[in-house]
Amino acid sequence: MEGIKITKEVDARGSFCPGPLMEMIRLIRSAQVGDVVAVISADEGTKKDLPAWIKKAKHELIAEEPVEGGATRFICRKLH
Amino acid sequence: MAKNILILGGGTGGSIVANILARSLSPQEATITVITASPQHIYQPYQLYIPFGYQDPRKIARSERSLLHRRVALVVDPVEALDIKNQTVVCRSHKSYPYDYLVIATGSTVDEQQIPGFKEGADHFYTPEAAFVLYEKLQNFNGGTIVVGIGGLPYKCPVAPIEFTFMLEEFLTKKAIRQQSEIIYTFPLNDVFNIKTAADYIKADFDKRNIKTELFFNLSEIHPEKKIAESIEGTELSYDLLVMTPPHKGATFLRGHEIADADGWVQTDRHSLKVAQLENVWSLGDTTNLPISKAGSTAHFQAPVIAKQICAAIRKETVDPEKVKYNGHVACFIESGYGKATMLDFDYEHPPQPPPPTEFIHFQKLALNKFYWYLIPKALI
Ligand SMILES: Cc1cc2nc3c(=O)[nH]c(=O)nc-3n(C[C@H](O)[C@H](O)[C@H](O)COP(=O)(O)OP(=O)(O)OC[C@H]3O[C@@H](n4cnc5c(N)ncnc54)[C@H](O)[C@@H]3O)c2cc1C
Repeated sequence: MEGIKITKEVDARGSFCPGPLMEMIRLIRSAQVGDVVAVISADEGTKKDLPAWIKKAKHELIAEEPVEGGATRFICRKLH
Repeated sequence: MAKNILILGGGTGGSIVANILARSLSPQEATITVITASPQHIYQPYQLYIPFGYQDPRKIARSERSLLHRRVALVVDPVEALDIKNQTVVCRSHKSYPYDYLVIATGSTVDEQQIPGFKEGADHFYTPEAAFVLYEKLQNFNGGTIVVGIGGLPYKCPVAPIEFTFMLEEFLTKKAIRQQSEIIYTFPLNDVFNIKTAADYIKADFDKRNIKTELFFNLSEIHPEKKIAESIEGTELSYDLLVMTPPHKGATFLRGHEIADADGWVQTDRHSLKVAQLENVWSLGDTTNLPISKAGSTAHFQAPVIAKQICAAIRKETVDPEKVKYNGHVACFIESGYGKATMLDFDYEHPPQPPPPTEFIHFQKLALNKFYWYLIPKALI
């Protein structure tokens, strides 16, 4: 994503649900308000659960970027 | 010359590995030492029964020495440092112990400090002491809202909070205060459990018994004075009694160690159980970073895989990694209340299909509780 600086990213490929979601929760817990963080995952369950969690937690899902090999980079801004 | 095998942790996993090795290897082949933190071995599943008055907390531990083969040396001295390069372990007494082969089985401990307000505001049954405090509170409970939940992933015995909830529902009903009470179960994920097939069964039973759920609830803070539990998702739950599984961590000396992550979970191969690609170090039980249940049964099924590899290494035999491997097997009973239980039995390839709860499965669990001391740590089954 151009113009957006990712403060911290975790590559969670090879880890299955809830691993990638827990990585996102850990990143959000330790980030400052306004920080942008990202998790890369190829897990099917995560594709549904991670955006659902971001919505429930009222943060902003900036993008779901495809990454080579069928994985997705979930980019999220901490809003509160 | 005899090889030096060190086993760190004298709980379920460490005791089983030590006893299998003592029976398999001659004194000329190896000396076997368990280094542990306490002279006692606690049968932790009994802690689930303490809050309801079904189990006396003074009767859930035995001497670790009595559970070990006479050829196993026992050192009670908590490990404070592990030097992988020089193959030594240093204990609290500053004594150091060299090893040729190392097995890490130091389990997991609760870390109440991680959540502000936890110590003052929450109860749990993850230590015998806390379980007894909860017993006293439940005796004096006369109705209100009880929130039961998970304060952080991963935690040991993933089904224990569900069992507690089922047993609590029965307890309140028998005390004739169920009508005046609300039970709310919280879970950090979007379901009541992290294995889909089990979650479906549990959710259906929760609905039948009018147990409410609050999902995606990742505990952030407890406000004991206002009696509110707050999540990072911004949900606030009022409670009269809060029963929260505390966040768990690996042993202190492992936290941030080169072979583990910041919380002390040891990098472990899912099949060989070797640590961080080292040829002479293994781990099992709660301390591994494997995404499977932290349960006694996990350690039980893992132990022979490690013992076989150590025996082969000492005898300079080759092992076929396809034959000697851990397949992710876990088997856990789930107490459902009203004298019945069901069971989760699964491995890496096969998810659990819990059968309907029966009295027979409940008696199997009670039998295991009774016979644990004679069969499991001694590695007779
Ligand atoms: C309430 C409750 C209910 C449970 N119910 C079940 C159940 O129904 N079924 C099931 O399969 N499992 C159950 N469990 C989980 C089970 O008890 C654990 O998963 C199991 O004991 C793990 O074995 P372990 O060998 O990895 O660790 P443990 O058995 O916990 O042993 C760890 C050992 O390491 C020692 N140690 C710790 N730190 C150090 C150190 N620094 N140096 C040296 N030694 C150290 C400790 O003293 C201890 O002896 C339950 C747990 C609880 C709390």
